[in-house]
Amino acid sequence: MLQKIYDWIDERVDITPIWRDIADHEVPEHVNPAHHFSAFVYCFGGLTFFVTVIQILSGMFLTMYYVPDIENAWNSVFYLQQEVAHGQIVRGMHHWGASVVIVMLFLHTLRVFFQGAYKKPRELNWIVGVLLFFVMLALGLTGYLLPWDNKALFATEVTLQIAESVPFIGEDLKILLAGDPHIVGAQTLTRFFAIHVFFLPAALFVLMAVHFIMIRRQGISGPL
Amino acid sequence: MSEDKNKQVSRRQFLNYTLTGVGGFMAAGMLAPMVRFAIDPVLQPEAGGDFVSAEIAEEDITTEPQRVTFKVEQVDAWYESTVEKVAWVYKQEDGSIIALDPTCTHLGCIVGWDSNEDHPDHFYCPCHGGLYTKDGVNVPNTPPTAPLSVYEQKIENGILYLGKSIPREEA
Repeated sequence: MLQKIYDWIDERVDITPIWRDIADHEVPEHVNPAHHFSAFVYCFGGLTFFVTVIQILSGMFLTMYYVPDIENAWNSVFYLQQEVAHGQIVRGMHHWGASVVIVMLFLHTLRVFFQGAYKKPRELNWIVGVLLFFVMLALGLTGYLLPWDNKALFATEVTLQIAESVPFIGEDLKILLAGDPHIVGAQTLTRFFAIHVFFLPAALFVLMAVHFIMIRRQGISGPL
Repeated sequence: MSEDKNKQVSRRQFLNYTLTGVGGFMAAGMLAPMVRFAIDPVLQPEAGGDFVSAEIAEEDITTEPQRVTFKVEQVDAWYESTVEKVAWVYKQEDGSIIALDPTCTHLGCIVGWDSNEDHPDHFYCPCHGGLYTKDGVNVPNTPPTAPLSVYEQKIENGILYLGKSIPREEA
């Protein structure tokens, strides 16, 4: 039955080559932990992607309860964690995943760095990777404010002071982020929410697509 | 006709330019409102600070810094609230009153006067150990890079009124 559905679609839109391009590749021996256990270092990029998928999914579900409003943000987080079935797990996934994804990203970066895998012709992919790292840090930073508790508020006060210390544009940059010259409040929360949930994920998707297409084009770097 | 044929714009070029122009115009028409919408807070004029009573009489202000709280009506877009602010107030040697804003100029924590045993008669920041002398000037080789801000202040009917917090330049 499934085969028939697949054949019916494949006959019309020829999806087999798409599948072949995306996933049907042999893993080179030097990348396969079954051959050389030390090849596990090649897993960190994939693990980063895996945790990112968890972040996207758990984040999507969290917005079913969360509201980015200073009166209700904390209460909505408290409610979804205390009252909603498995709320603690879903928020826990998003909370811990946020840290794990940075760790995986960092290990992946270390592997690429120490293997010299960033060298020609893969310099562009290194640059895209660094941009991905910045986007991920920004996601962590904007997401930190959303529970709207004291820790979140004062962490953001500090963040904004750091932004303000940028030469020349610091003041404007701070207002652009906070939505107000002096108050970390209603407008800051909605802005951080919008940035966290729409703007940065959009940038993340584009950069990830570029990152992966380049891996396909250039192939995985050879053995050391 | 054949002489300047090379300089002529071909039909294809003309269509390319026209479509690029129209497309660019449409993209700009779409993006301009969104960008203006996003940067609106940056372009808002700075609201003038109103003076509010700190509810302390002039004669109660000594040469020793006192912690004074006062309430400000704060408008945060659609959210209006009353916010309690803190000032450290004392009389300087020339008899004039100074009201220091205890927001650390390092990273925005709240400093306290004489609040750390190791640093008596200083404003001390609990976050990263920032220090300020009594006049609010940052002590060199501690994290802050600027003196504490000073509230605008005036005396009316013997009562202290405080206004906006004014940053001071690096000493």
